[in-house]
Amino acid sequence: MSRKIPKKEYEKTLSFRLKQWFEGTKDPFLNTVEMKPQKEAERDEDIDWKRKKEKRQRIERIYDLAHNWEIRSFQGFYKVFSGVFCLFLVAMLLIAVSYLPSYGHPENPANNEVAKRYIENGLEETGAVNIVTGMILDYRAFDTLGESHVLFIATCTVLILLRKDKTKGEGGRDIEESDRVYEPKNDVILQTAARVLVPPIMIFGIYVILCGHLGPGGGFSGGAIIGAGLILYLNAFGFRKTERFFTGKTYKILSVSALGCYCLAKSYSFYTGANHIESVIPLGTPGAILSSGLILVLNICVGIVVAGTMYTFYVMFRKGGY
Amino acid sequence: MAFVQNFPFISILLSLFAGPVSSALSGKWAKRLNLFVITVIGMMSGAVLIFVLGTGQEYVYRMGHFPAPWGNEIRVGILEAAMALFFCIIMFLCVIGGALERELEIEESKQNLYYIMVNLLLCSLLALIYTNDLFTAYVFVEINTISACGLIMIRQTGRTFEAAVRYMIMSLLGSGLLLLGICFLYSLTGHLLMSNIREQAALLQATGEYHIPLLVAICLMSVGIAIKSALYPFHTWLPDAYGYSTLSSAAILSSLVSKGYIFLLAKIFYRVIGFDIIRESKVINVLFVFGVAGMIMGSLNAIKENDINRMIAYSSVAQIGYIYMGFGLGTTSGIIASIYHIVSHAATKSLLFVAASGITDASSKSKNFFDLTGAGYRNKLAGVAFTVGSLSMVGFPMFSGFISKLLFAQAAMENRHKIMITMIALAISVILNAVYFMKTVIRIYTPEKKTVVIDKGFEEISFWEQPAKSAALVCFIALNVFLGLFSEPVIGLIERGLAMFA
Repeated sequence: MSRKIPKKEYEKTLSFRLKQWFEGTKDPFLNTVEMKPQKEAERDEDIDWKRKKEKRQRIERIYDLAHNWEIRSFQGFYKVFSGVFCLFLVAMLLIAVSYLPSYGHPENPANNEVAKRYIENGLEETGAVNIVTGMILDYRAFDTLGESHVLFIATCTVLILLRKDKTKGEGGRDIEESDRVYEPKNDVILQTAARVLVPPIMIFGIYVILCGHLGPGGGFSGGAIIGAGLILYLNAFGFRKTERFFTGKTYKILSVSALGCYCLAKSYSFYTGANHIESVIPLGTPGAILSSGLILVLNICVGIVVAGTMYTFYVMFRKGGY
Repeated sequence: MAFVQNFPFISILLSLFAGPVSSALSGKWAKRLNLFVITVIGMMSGAVLIFVLGTGQEYVYRMGHFPAPWGNEIRVGILEAAMALFFCIIMFLCVIGGALERELEIEESKQNLYYIMVNLLLCSLLALIYTNDLFTAYVFVEINTISACGLIMIRQTGRTFEAAVRYMIMSLLGSGLLLLGICFLYSLTGHLLMSNIREQAALLQATGEYHIPLLVAICLMSVGIAIKSALYPFHTWLPDAYGYSTLSSAAILSSLVSKGYIFLLAKIFYRVIGFDIIRESKVINVLFVFGVAGMIMGSLNAIKENDINRMIAYSSVAQIGYIYMGFGLGTTSGIIASIYHIVSHAATKSLLFVAASGITDASSKSKNFFDLTGAGYRNKLAGVAFTVGSLSMVGFPMFSGFISKLLFAQAAMENRHKIMITMIALAISVILNAVYFMKTVIRIYTPEKKTVVIDKGFEEISFWEQPAKSAALVCFIALNVFLGLFSEPVIGLIERGLAMFA
């Protein structure tokens, strides 16, 4: 190998050390690191075979395949038919799409007086610079009211499925405690990163919620950001720290008050709107943070619900209780 | 605007609000709140019905400060108000009828979650009934799906989990197809408001423009809703979901959830697209064929069952088939028959579920057919109630099922092409119904040997032992007999409502 400098000198250069570090043969902090390929997990043939057999037996017992010709013939039919049906559906939808009005054409039926008024009068009528927010939280607020309850009811369903009852006896508590034992503790990299990242994530989330009526953003996206921040914090520091400020009770209070506030605010505006009573809520100057009537309040409510939903989902799937 | 006109909006918001509030209450108080909410909404719906009958005109209620194509609105007519009232009555009876089972089968700390589901389910049903906006309907279809899933799996056994997963998959497929249909319709017409879509659809039909996408949109929406309401080939989720969930869930699911979707389909046919276009599109012929197939296959499956709850569940498949057959006839009288059957089946099916639970209570909770021998003597009220429900299902005069079968037969007279098939299907289906329902009635009134009764520990259950369930049963029987004997005003109501609907 031809070298411009001798080998000994080359070993002292920065590029050689970088190369070593990169290849993993030597770590600048911990001296030489031994790198070994990970061992393949041992697989016990016996257990594998047993499991397969059990599964087969279970299916046979439940469906009684030996005697149930209906199910056997159905299984064969199903395999063929599902493929054929999917192909048919794909073909049908593709053909139908090709007949739809061409995308983005100004003469399309969707470009009618509805969209025109949203765009032209949206700012004036709702006070929101962001027309989309004005649409979902003022023009069509009833849909969004339903949508935020979809999130709420989804959380409730997950609670039904996964929440462990603490009063149930020793079993429930054991699972919870063992989870605390095995949860990752004091992972320096994660904790350092979380310490740096979580505050900006939270602040950014709050910003996105609060400025939903002024620019891109709103309750749904901002709430998702805050929820992600909470989950990161939980992963880095564990349940003991998050439970100081966020427990099941907190979620209950937050969601009830946010949805209640949303319901009441919208009831007021629906009622006044339908009965042709002038609403007393001022729209304010478009562009100011305190403007556009109820939209800001509604965005905050939606944000709280979304963040709580995300965090609760994560906690439930991981541990089954706060 | 009269204050009564606010009631539909208040009832939707009240049931919506009661959901989150129940999550903060204990199970006991959540139940009280739930019953209170259902009662209040029922009374308000009654007041709205009286008001609409008085004025004889439907009215539009603006949700917010912006008129309809821009904002949301709900539309209230006779049919809507009557449906809301009826759904409230059935739901109230189901909730009080299944109280005992609920306390046994649901964990203490999850009791209040049950009432969240019930409240939001009621809210979504009301919104589906009243809304005049296709997208709002979709949003509340979502709430309906999730809460129905919660109702199935809140009794936590392996069977209910499997049932809930099946229900979820099928129901989401249905929702997806419905949403696709709505998207197609939106890009063709540029509207989501039902009345505006109808104008545009009539224009499209007249000019012949976008014929294929319009057809596909109709198909997608019909199939989506058919899946969600368990029309025959899509019924596989139904027997498990109804058969293993807790009593009040089974009763609510079978009598209300699927009916809400069918009502939405009637709305799409009449108000969104227009019945003439639907008739021309031949989609109803497909519904007719599958409806007839469901009438027969559902009953055949029910005959094979040995589990009484699953048997009643399979009978639902047959009854849903009746409803779609009525749609498939393509005449207004067919739709009237279908809507009457929605009412009649809702009243009868929930009666049957509650009565069946009374019968199984008297047989040590065994749902096995052979353990039910003589149960009609051990729990007299439940036996009578089950007999009434069975007779109604079979179509015995005096009970509601008879009237609906009569209406179907009359409606078939108007359609020359389908009269033969309809009549034959009706005849076969009635016989099959009789086979499995009468078999059960005979079984529960066959005296059991004393030794067996003592051996298996069967207990007698008197009227006052389960007062809530007994009261619910008495009300259900009264409702059935009322629908059977005084059907004229109900049919008149549906006729007037449907005329207003279009």
